[in-house]
Amino acid sequence: MRWLRERSKVQLAAVAAAVLLLLALLPPFIGVYQTQLLTYGLIAAIAALGFNLLLGYTGLLSFGHSAFFGIGAYTVAFLARDAGIHSMELYILLGLPISALLSALFGYISVRHTRIFFGILTLALSQVLYSLAYKLFWVTGGSDGLRVPRPTLLAGLVSFSGPGSFLRFVNSYYYYVLAVFAVCVVVMWVIVHSPFGKALQAIRDNEVRAAFLGLRISRFRWVAFLISGTFTSLAGILWVPLNGLTTPEILYWPFSGEIVFTALLGGFRNFSGPIVGGIVFTYLKTYAVATTEYWQLLLGVVLVMLILVLPTGIVGAVSRLADRLKAKGKS
Amino acid sequence: MTILLKTVDLRKQFGETRACDGVNFVVHKGEFLSLVGSNGAGKTSLVNLISAHLTPDSGQILFEDKDITFMTVSERIKAGIARSFQIVNLFDGLTVFDNIALSIFSRDGKAGKIISLAEHDDDVRRETLEVLGQFGLSDKTAVLAGGLAQGERKLLDVAVAYALRPKLLFLDEPTSGVSTHEKAQIMDTVSSVVRAGTVTAVVIEHDMDVVFRYSDRIVMMHEGAFLADGTPDQIKMNKDVANILLGVPLSV
Repeated sequence: MRWLRERSKVQLAAVAAAVLLLLALLPPFIGVYQTQLLTYGLIAAIAALGFNLLLGYTGLLSFGHSAFFGIGAYTVAFLARDAGIHSMELYILLGLPISALLSALFGYISVRHTRIFFGILTLALSQVLYSLAYKLFWVTGGSDGLRVPRPTLLAGLVSFSGPGSFLRFVNSYYYYVLAVFAVCVVVMWVIVHSPFGKALQAIRDNEVRAAFLGLRISRFRWVAFLISGTFTSLAGILWVPLNGLTTPEILYWPFSGEIVFTALLGGFRNFSGPIVGGIVFTYLKTYAVATTEYWQLLLGVVLVMLILVLPTGIVGAVSRLADRLKAKGKS
Repeated sequence: MTILLKTVDLRKQFGETRACDGVNFVVHKGEFLSLVGSNGAGKTSLVNLISAHLTPDSGQILFEDKDITFMTVSERIKAGIARSFQIVNLFDGLTVFDNIALSIFSRDGKAGKIISLAEHDDDVRRETLEVLGQFGLSDKTAVLAGGLAQGERKLLDVAVAYALRPKLLFLDEPTSGVSTHEKAQIMDTVSSVVRAGTVTAVVIEHDMDVVFRYSDRIVMMHEGAFLADGTPDQIKMNKDVANILLGVPLSV
């Protein structure tokens, strides 16, 4: 049994390494625009990975994850403007504890409730932040937002100025985000396969029984919320230097809806679902916006079709199809 | 015999209904005790009060001479009290293995470990396989709990509570809704772990054949109070018990 487990783990690592290698080899073949788009996709995947720790593994649907994405992005903007920091590593090192602290606070307020009450509380908290970002324009820049210049990478070893800097930045930043993405995937994989991750799934399936195993439900939910919020904040931290600007829109509730959409699209009952969802949603939205002014309607139709035809998302549907083919092959 | 659990004048009322009407309940260490009575007699309420699923209106609960009346669920589990539920309560999205392993992680205070893989804990894995073997579920380790047959679900339900290695284990109708063959399998397993001297069991049961066959002592409840308390032979001879079981009015 152990041998079998080790073999499946090696297979999984081999598939992950192959995907990573493919992603690393892509930029020279797809051009700068597609590389930039793929970077946005990887960032969305990190946000969705964090979000799904709550939805897929803990059974809590947050309608306020835009708050954490925004906290990450605005923290970077404040560090750049007010502290004169232009190092990506410092953005991450300083941004993560701040995000974790605010996630802990929001989580402390929210996880005392579940279902619709939890959803509404998270929505309300994110709307508070949106209002603050919109109204406190002397701090946040209001609807104009805050600009973030291109940061240096690898402790100042890689900087971007002069002619051709945009192209160099897009290429270098892609690999930077890819590396952070790989670390996030490994960390999240370990978390959901840890005793803590199993406990979260138990709480999702049967809260009462979990309590009668001696698990302190609120504490587990709170830690899950903290990790989830921090992951989504990291996505915000990575997003803002690429976008060059942060505005209150990323704190607004429709952005939370997009994160939910992402998880649904990929499939929230699979580990890889949010990753696939993040990348596919980025392309879907970009091309929908470019194709029609009614892009929101188009995304709405996709969402309805998704729920009706593919309730387990893309990854869920593919894995069911693979199981069926395997069963057919055996028979 | 050493007293493991004792309730003193325990009361719980829902509106006009007295679910527990001044109950003085005693459980001795190492016994296999059955709690019987018609529906609504107060059996599950009594177990709910002892396991902290309900709060008593008044009275006292003593476990190993320690007052646990106001302890939380997790504190009572730490003290050594575990239970299963009338309706099977499992983690359907987890495998059979993980259902048991989680009990052990929780008992050992390891459930909060974040940066370590659950399957890398050899001690927990060994103990999980041992429990699965005891309950005849060794060939189901990788199956999702939600995919088990009813009898197997009942067994797993009991095994999850047993894996906490409690001193006192409450089983609420462990054989309801299963075949006669599976009933024997469940009760043989529970009885064997009690006889091994590791756990004291209190079983709520309606099947009197099962009750008479496995119990050391039987307590009968009626309208929130105790009607009879004795060995299976004493209970068989008790007229009030017979009347209740046959639906005839009491002699007193």
